[in-house]
Amino acid sequence: MTDATKYLSHLELGEPDKTFLDSNELIINMGPQHPATHGVLRVILKLDGEKVLGTECVIGYLHRGVEKIAEHRTYTMFNPYVDRMDYVAAVSNGLGYCEAVEKLLNIEAPPRANYIRVILTELNRLASHQLWLGTHALDIGAMTPLFYTFRDREEILKIFEKYCGARLTTHAFRIGGCLYETYDGFERDVKKFIDSAPSKIDEYEELLTTNRIWVERTKGVGTISAKDCIALGVTGPVLRASGVKWDLRKAQPYAAYRDFDFEIPIGESGDTYDRYLVRMQEMRQSLRILEQAVGKIPEGPIMAKVPKVMKPPVGEIYHSIEAPKGELGYFIVSDGSTQPYRVRVRPPSFVNLQALDIMVRGQLVADVIAVIGTLDIVLGEVDR
Amino acid sequence: MLDYITSYLSDTVKVTPGQVGNVFWIVVYIFIVFGGVSVAVIAMNWLERKALAHFQIRLGPMRVGPHGLLQPIADALKLFTKEDIIPSAADKLVFWIAPLIILCASFTTYIVVPFGPTHAITDLNIGILFMLGVSSLSVLGVVMAGWASNSHYPLIGALRSSAQMVSYEIAMGLAVVSAVLMTSLNAAGTGTLSMIGIVRAQQAQHVWFLFKFFPLGLIAFVIFAIAMIAETNRAPFDLPEAESELTAGFHTEYSGLRWSLFMLGEYAAMIAVSSIAVTLWLGGWMRPFPNALTGDTWDAVFSLFPGLTFLGLAAICFVGVARMPKHPYFRVQTIGLAGFGAVLGLIGLVLFAPPVRDRIQDIYWFVAKVGVFMYLYIWYRATFPRYRFDQLMKVGWKVLLPIALGVLIATAVWGVLV
Repeated sequence: MTDATKYLSHLELGEPDKTFLDSNELIINMGPQHPATHGVLRVILKLDGEKVLGTECVIGYLHRGVEKIAEHRTYTMFNPYVDRMDYVAAVSNGLGYCEAVEKLLNIEAPPRANYIRVILTELNRLASHQLWLGTHALDIGAMTPLFYTFRDREEILKIFEKYCGARLTTHAFRIGGCLYETYDGFERDVKKFIDSAPSKIDEYEELLTTNRIWVERTKGVGTISAKDCIALGVTGPVLRASGVKWDLRKAQPYAAYRDFDFEIPIGESGDTYDRYLVRMQEMRQSLRILEQAVGKIPEGPIMAKVPKVMKPPVGEIYHSIEAPKGELGYFIVSDGSTQPYRVRVRPPSFVNLQALDIMVRGQLVADVIAVIGTLDIVLGEVDR
Repeated sequence: MLDYITSYLSDTVKVTPGQVGNVFWIVVYIFIVFGGVSVAVIAMNWLERKALAHFQIRLGPMRVGPHGLLQPIADALKLFTKEDIIPSAADKLVFWIAPLIILCASFTTYIVVPFGPTHAITDLNIGILFMLGVSSLSVLGVVMAGWASNSHYPLIGALRSSAQMVSYEIAMGLAVVSAVLMTSLNAAGTGTLSMIGIVRAQQAQHVWFLFKFFPLGLIAFVIFAIAMIAETNRAPFDLPEAESELTAGFHTEYSGLRWSLFMLGEYAAMIAVSSIAVTLWLGGWMRPFPNALTGDTWDAVFSLFPGLTFLGLAAICFVGVARMPKHPYFRVQTIGLAGFGAVLGLIGLVLFAPPVRDRIQDIYWFVAKVGVFMYLYIWYRATFPRYRFDQLMKVGWKVLLPIALGVLIATAVWGVLV
């Protein structure tokens, strides 16, 4: 017994009050109010200093019961609700839902409608990727790309606004085709955008791709292997950056994607930098699709013959499309009435978010932010 | 007292700062410098928001005053009137002291900043040492703020910043030493740590230390320029207050007036370290080409610059007035901008008067050089992403420190050989 303890032993001090300062592990609540969790994601971080020992995502802060609402709406009435899930890629959401119901009803949208759908969806993919790039760069500390991407995203939103009157939650498509014919100068506007966009993308790349700090912050950060991706059901650019060539536009072509020639950019190491490169490439591929589509929109009707009251036959359907964030699937069960018996959405953000833990374990706090950014989650879609 | 004023204004007797019995001028300079720095901080605030906005294809503040000129004042008023919140779990005394320490540390450094050969509060013979010492005290305030907040994010921010400031101070100090070594390259072989002495040494050696022993002086300067950004917690080294990671780092729990003290301290520190860099490597108050372009004609030409600058600023204001929309809504703004331009123009005219011209020149060149650094600070912030903590440490210890050591040794060897 040392002198000090002998001296103190009669005092019966007992254990001092345990606070977080007494342990090496630090539990930090990141969110739901946090500038970099893209909405209301709450991540509970277990830290050793700056090192992440584990994470737990708490979701549900933006839960609006979209799937439950579907059970009390007719098929047509539910259509606008899906726009509110992934609100930065509302057009893709609408496309997935409309095609799923069309499959259930056994009708097919006319070719002109399909072309309009492809153009708007690809524009939306660009808008979604631009928003991802801006916020991702902002999270890593580069402020300026955000404003550049928002400037260019504005052009796309203007086209949406002219087409259907809404910028964000567009409700652009209807079951069976499109409600609106393209406005005068639609193709000219899209062409103008296609012409200007490559130089804009070059501009973002100039700021980031070879920027030393950007490369150091993203290379080797949040690495995930192809095996893990498949095991967790991760899809979209995250999966492709790990080296898996899987894109539903090619694998199970829907709408008019069969007609277009484009490539699936893939990465190698599955780190944040690769995901960045994959998305940048994807933006250029989207432009390629747009270029092919805008010149040859076929003439004809934009709406298929759809019954006034939709009563799909009893049965179930799963239809998925390649949303900007990954596989967006709709599982619809019909009991033969005007309202679906059950609608289950497979949102890419929700599934991709699972990968957060294995991507950040053993890395630093700053990497958690980078990885949340690179997963490109939208909380409206995670919580639904 | 009157004697001092008359002696200052007469051409023959020049008052040197720091003289015994010169208390009056010290007090006057304290007021001038501290008032000037506060105004500079306000101006910097506006300039940063404006320049950053223009980098980012925005307009920045436009509503309060013409082109948002009164925005910093409006912000300050808002901060003053905000509720003063001290978290219930915080250590109140430490929480209260922390911003004051940062503020005092960054303002105290101005004691030795030489705005001109006779324009300084005092001339300590250990000036540069004093400046580095006092400016590194601000880390104490950061740590205290982080600790006293009794909250996770500030704590991590404080830990980060203490580690960062300590490691970058070493590279910074070594770079400074290599510049101080250069001052000893005279007949007597005696160097100086006095800020005024360092500028005088550059004057005597007919070269800015930036170009001395090329490229050694340049490398030392670049090391200092990088380290000083880390020292003042600015982008891309703004980890302690990394907005996207730690919400606001060590001042997460601060609001209102206390928060504004942190900001005031940060901007004052930025100006302070920039003035160290200017003094050590860019010839301090000396005008460009003091030895190449000599003679009365060149002196006269360069002495016109302060007045011309102000006239230029006034011209920009008047162009703004001319471009202002002719709508009653903008009438007050137009008049305000015209008035501001008129004031600037008048100042410019006053600066052409020979006695004023001669006295103001040194300050003008010093401020202009510091202004370049201020602009660089904004530029970095608009361009670079943020370093990660371990990378920041790596840059500090594995890159800057060895280079700084190498430069120091090379400077010493070269100095001995020459």
